[in-house]
Amino acid sequence: MTRHRGRGIASVNYPIGMNLGGDPSQALVHSNPSGKFTVALSSIDLGQGMKSVTRQICAETLGVPVEDVYVDTADSDTGPHCMGSFASRGTHRVGNAVMAAAREARGVMMEAAAEELEVNAADLETDGRGNIHVKGAPHRSISTKDVAIAAQFKQGKTISGRGIFLVPLSDVDPETGEMSPATCYAHACLVAEVEVDDETGEVDMVRMDSAYELGRALNPRLVEQQLVGGAWMGVSHALYETPEPFYPEPVHGPRDFVEYLMPGPGDICPHDIAVLERPAPDGPFGAKGPGEMCANPVLPAVANAIFNAVGVRIDDLPITPEKVLRAIKAQGGARPQPRR
Amino acid sequence: MAKTALQFLHNGRDVAIFVDGGTNLLVALRELIGDMTPKFGCGQGGCGTCSVLIDGELHLSCLTLAETVAGRSVETLDGIKNGPNLHPLQRAFADNFAAQCGYCTPGMLMAAKALLDRNPQPSRAEVVEAISGNICRCTGYEPIINAVLAAASGGRARA
Repeated sequence: MTRHRGRGIASVNYPIGMNLGGDPSQALVHSNPSGKFTVALSSIDLGQGMKSVTRQICAETLGVPVEDVYVDTADSDTGPHCMGSFASRGTHRVGNAVMAAAREARGVMMEAAAEELEVNAADLETDGRGNIHVKGAPHRSISTKDVAIAAQFKQGKTISGRGIFLVPLSDVDPETGEMSPATCYAHACLVAEVEVDDETGEVDMVRMDSAYELGRALNPRLVEQQLVGGAWMGVSHALYETPEPFYPEPVHGPRDFVEYLMPGPGDICPHDIAVLERPAPDGPFGAKGPGEMCANPVLPAVANAIFNAVGVRIDDLPITPEKVLRAIKAQGGARPQPRR
Repeated sequence: MAKTALQFLHNGRDVAIFVDGGTNLLVALRELIGDMTPKFGCGQGGCGTCSVLIDGELHLSCLTLAETVAGRSVETLDGIKNGPNLHPLQRAFADNFAAQCGYCTPGMLMAAKALLDRNPQPSRAEVVEAISGNICRCTGYEPIINAVLAAASGGRARA
């Protein structure tokens, strides 16, 4: 029995949102009489941080403290339409919609403040701490709370805004087949190091090193959290998880966590991540979003690492010990490739 | 079938309920007592999110017959914070981004508490071992392991 080390690399060019566009998301922003703001969305936060990041985008655009913004993602009956949380589209699509809505709401807020301060709205600016003042004259100031109260009870204005973001549906040129699949691409490269047991066919992860380029990281800790966790979804798809052998007919498929394998805490390995920020021209504050891309490069990198370790090329997932072992036997033993 | 009277300590409070024979502790806690902190994941001991402490020992409530806790002390996630103050493990989970969707979190916290209660300064390997019965889909475990180690090194884990 020998355990062979192998290293594999994969790079991805990842389109943000649905291919060919046509996937809108909407946002509504309104101020409450307390001077706090509510963002209504139908987009769901699955734990990836949609609420946090849209809250930041809204606060930044309005020019108010992030504590003054509440994001309500509860219900597609009461929130405006969204295509959904998938295709890595949340930060980019929903973020842009929130930005548009917040910009409109800010316009009304500044008009209401201007009326109270008896100045021109164009001469006003927000301080990001809950106040609006005349540019160059910070003492000529009013709190956003007082503006909200004045708008609501005195001026009869709704401080609110509507936003939608839609990448138009791309037509396909019937002559050339040319189309524009996406407006925004993120990129990643991942190196996986594995150890393959040529007697059992088992594959252990040894370490991962990756670099992700995902526009501006609006919330670096959330980005890191997604990349760390997502990589293990990738490993899981590469090595463990499958609805096979009778997909899509589920009758004989795995029914529970005994038959449907996922990595446990003992299976993980060190993962060093570099985040490169290249702001996207059409992203909210330059953001693209990590999304599914955090899992994608892992699968080919692991497959390549296994090839590097024992010389077998497995091209269907997951790469189970049985598949590895059969392939090793078929070629008459492990054939470690030159280490790169 | 006749119901059985069952009395035990739930997070330090005396509770008495009537259970059908065969009712598991998870159902008793969630449906009869209304403590929704232990989650139903798989119902067969494969995921760990229903973990509770029985007399200080870690157990899977989905595999525990409710009647077996008669007269014993059952601790759930609902009982580990101190009034409005989070338990140091909860604080460490928040600070270390150790939860995403949050479904595994109650089980992870109880498994971690069981560890730190008996071993306040665990090694990384001991933390991995302690949570090895719990599955997490989102985090890749790393932030959870770091959170438990952070709570332990904070020296306040037994609060």
